[in-house]
Parts: sequence; structure tokens; C-alpha cells
Amino acid sequence: MNGLFRKPELHSRIVAWAVSHARAFFFSLGKIYRAPVASIMTIAVLGIALALPSGLYLLLNNIEQATAGWDHGARVSLFLEKDMTEKNQKALADKILLRPEVIKVERISADQALAEFKQHSGFGAALDALDDNPLPPVLVVYPDYEGTGLKAMEVLIDNLSRTRGIEEVILDMRWLQRLQAIMETTRRTVFVIAGMLALTVILVVGNTIRLDIQNRRQEIEVAKLIGATDAFIRRPFLYGGLWYGLIGSLLGIITVQGALALLQGPVESLAGLYGSEFALLGLNTNEISWVFASGTLLGWLGSWIAVGRHIKDIEPT
Amino acid sequence: MILFQNVSKRYETGQEALSGINLKLEDGDMAFLTGHSGAGKSTLLKLTALIERPSRGQIVVNKKNLTNLGNRRIPYYRRNLGIIFQDHHLLYDRSVFDNVSLPLVIAGFRHQEIGKRVRAALDKVGLLHKEKAQPITLSTGEQQRVGIARAVVTKPPILLADEPTGNLDPGLSREIMDLFLEFNNVGVTIVVASHDIDLISTLGKRMIQLEGGRIVSSSGPDIQ
Repeated sequence: MNGLFRKPELHSRIVAWAVSHARAFFFSLGKIYRAPVASIMTIAVLGIALALPSGLYLLLNNIEQATAGWDHGARVSLFLEKDMTEKNQKALADKILLRPEVIKVERISADQALAEFKQHSGFGAALDALDDNPLPPVLVVYPDYEGTGLKAMEVLIDNLSRTRGIEEVILDMRWLQRLQAIMETTRRTVFVIAGMLALTVILVVGNTIRLDIQNRRQEIEVAKLIGATDAFIRRPFLYGGLWYGLIGSLLGIITVQGALALLQGPVESLAGLYGSEFALLGLNTNEISWVFASGTLLGWLGSWIAVGRHIKDIEPT
Repeated sequence: MILFQNVSKRYETGQEALSGINLKLEDGDMAFLTGHSGAGKSTLLKLTALIERPSRGQIVVNKKNLTNLGNRRIPYYRRNLGIIFQDHHLLYDRSVFDNVSLPLVIAGFRHQEIGKRVRAALDKVGLLHKEKAQPITLSTGEQQRVGIARAVVTKPPILLADEPTGNLDPGLSREIMDLFLEFNNVGVTIVVASHDIDLISTLGKRMIQLEGGRIVSSSGPDIQ
């Protein structure tokens, strides 16, 4: 009789704990299966809520991939004074090349520029009529854009435009900056949307579990009267949230990959028209695990909040 | 052993449900609580099951002072009680077997053990053939017996019953009381709240009459 108020022995408690977990694990899955219509509604909402941020993330990834090579195209054209001697042009080119953020400097003399222009412009005959070569010598500077970043680029351009002998600096990268800014904005937007949808998942699961708790109020009271611990009562609800999150993630991943499969063909033919071999990226194993992990965790969290708030309030009277 | 020492219970509404109760039940005792509704019978049982805490005084069950029992220990304490209600509190979404097995599931018994014990308990109350039935299909008397099977399936040393025959005709009431007598014969301490004086006065057990939250008469030894 002395053991009356003690917790049971450790060994039997561990067995009971494991049995109870296994029971709650399957019981909660069975409950979803037994009430398919209500469960499917909840799971569909979760699936969409998880598919949206995953899809946006993929979109961002694909844009990044498609524009990856473009940074290397950034270059700065320096139009030199027309009467600068070849020697001075070379000296200036060498000096610029010494800067750490510059990878390569290409010198185009006025004559070369004219020849190239004649060849490409179709104004060959008209240009022949001119006495003078109207074109200035040009230095094309290839900066290490990725290594130095935007700030260093601005400093470089500012310095060059104040260098003697350089008439004009033309930077063909404003659009690149804009693209970068757009990408950054999009990335933030995706984060914000993902955050809001994560909250949605928590609320949807929390609400579903809350209703479930209310429907089973009598059962909870009876269970408490015959010696169920709060942990025991919580368990099936927590596993319920976990299952919702897990199955919702599965649906979300299927949705994203399905949408991708639909887009793959048209995107490839579009890329083909631009002479690109670009192919859409799907979710890799790592990212799929991420969606599963975060979906499951959010589902569990939602039920945890509902359970924490509502099960304590139910006491037998 | 169940011991009440100067126990009072005042609800938050201001109603004094019990005042200055002194009561002692030895192991293996069987006692009936009688009195009008509102006399404090249910409150006394609720205090014993720790559904309510006393406002004053001490309750000792099997040498343990319940005042010192923290809320987290209550579930483990209740596993030593079998509680039977007037409206039996069965769960209608599952079979008789699953209702009766619930205390064993909660206590973490293994599957095979659960089957054996549930059938033994159902056999005891004469409902072995109904294990697969849904509670809703049973008669009131049968439902009450399922409730009793659920209360005794863990073989608790103490049984508490609140108006267990309240909804039953005299014949069925007698059957239920005979079941309690059988459990008492094997050493279970039993407290039954009932106003069915005609029936219980024939059973030769201790009767404790409550009125306005006080014990007004008792056919057995009280500590005063």
C-alpha cells in the first residue's frame, strides 16, 4: 500500500511511456483517416500554405540561376582624350590594371575603333568621307564585380572619372544594379510571405486541434478522473498536429513539383529561343527535407499552443 | 484507510458544502453516505478523489495526507481509486471493451494484459458477451455495469460511487449493490453515496447521514 501515491517503478514507466507514444502516434493518424473530409480540408490549406513559399523560393532560385552569368558582363568604357599618345594610353592602361578590383584592361585605339565601327555599322562609305577619325581611343576596364561589390565599383568609377586624360566614363551596369535591387526586394518579400504563411500553418493546426479538444471534452474529463496525466492526454493531440504538418508538407511538395513539371516544357522552349540551355531547377533533397521538417515542426507547434491553452482548463467536476 | 479530520469545504460561490467533518473508514470497510441532495455527499466523494480540495482540515487516505499531494501527483493517486458515477460517463464513440480498457491504457498496460483484465472485469459484471457492443445499444443497467467494470478493471483498493443506482429500478439497483458487496468481500474499501434508504438499510453496512454539510448520524464508529 505504500506505493499507492508514488509514481510507478522506472522500468514500467518507460514501457508505459513508449506504449503510450506508439498508441498516440497511430491513434492520431487513424483519426485523420477516419474523418477524411474534415482532414483533407485542413491538409489542403496546409499544403497550399507550404507550397506558396516553397514555390516563391524556387522562382527566386531559378531567376538567380538564369542571371548568374550576367555579372561578368559588367564593364566600364573609358573614352580618352582624342589627342592622347599611344604611349600615354598604354601607361594609363597599365596604371588602371594595377588597381586590385580590376581584372583586365583592353585598349582600343582610335583606328581600331574606327575599323570596327565601319565593319559593324554599315556607315563605312560615309566614314571614309570624313577627313578625321571622329572616334576617341577607348580603354575597356573589366572589374572584378563579384569580388568587390557595388560600393567598390562606385569608388572605382568615381576615381576614374577624375583621372586626367579620361573624358568620359560609361558604365553599362545600371540595369544590373536594378536587377540586384529587385532580387533583393523579392527575396525579402519571399521571407515575409513565408513568415506569414508559417503563422497560417500554426493557426490552422491550432484551430483544428482546439476544435478537436472541445469535441472530446467529455473524454478528457473521464480520462483525468481515471488517472490520466496531462502528458497522456496531450499526446494524441500533439501527434495529430505533427501528422497534419507532415501530410501538409507532402502535399505542398507535390504541388510545387507538379507545377514545375507543368512549366518545364514551355520554359525550355522559351530558353531555346534565346539560345540558352536553361532548365528549371526543382527542389533538391535538402530543400525537400527542409519543407518536411519545417511543416512538421509548425504543425506540432500549432497543436502545442492549442493543447497548452485548452487541456488544462478541462477538469472533472 | 480513509480519514477526514475536521474537514470543511466552502465553494467559491460562498456555499458551505461540508463543515467540520470527522470520519474514519478502515481498510475493507463499506459505508453508505445518505442524505438529501445538497447535503454534501457528492462533495465528500469529490474531496476523496481530489476533484476538489478542502478549504479546511485534513484528509488522509492510506496513511498519506492528501493536503501534501501536489497537483502533478493527482493522476497517480486516482489510479488507486475506482470512481463510479450516476450517469456512468461512458464514451459513446467506442465499444464496451474500449471503454473498460481505458484505465489500463492510461496506466500503460501491455496489449495482452489489457485483454485478459478487461474480460475478467466484464465477466464479473456479467457482460462478457457484450464486449464488442456499443454502449448506446445497452440498457441503463448494463451501461452502469460497464461503468463499474471500468472502475474495477485496475483492481483499485478503494471504490467511490456517487448515486450508482440513481437511474435504476429496484431490481437492478439490488444487483448493483450485490456487486459492491462482492467487491467488499474481497477487501475493497467502498464508499457509496445513495439516498435509496430502503435498499441500503437491508445490507447491514455502515450508514453515514449527512445534513447541511454535517454528519448527523452514523451507525458506525466516528472519531469525534
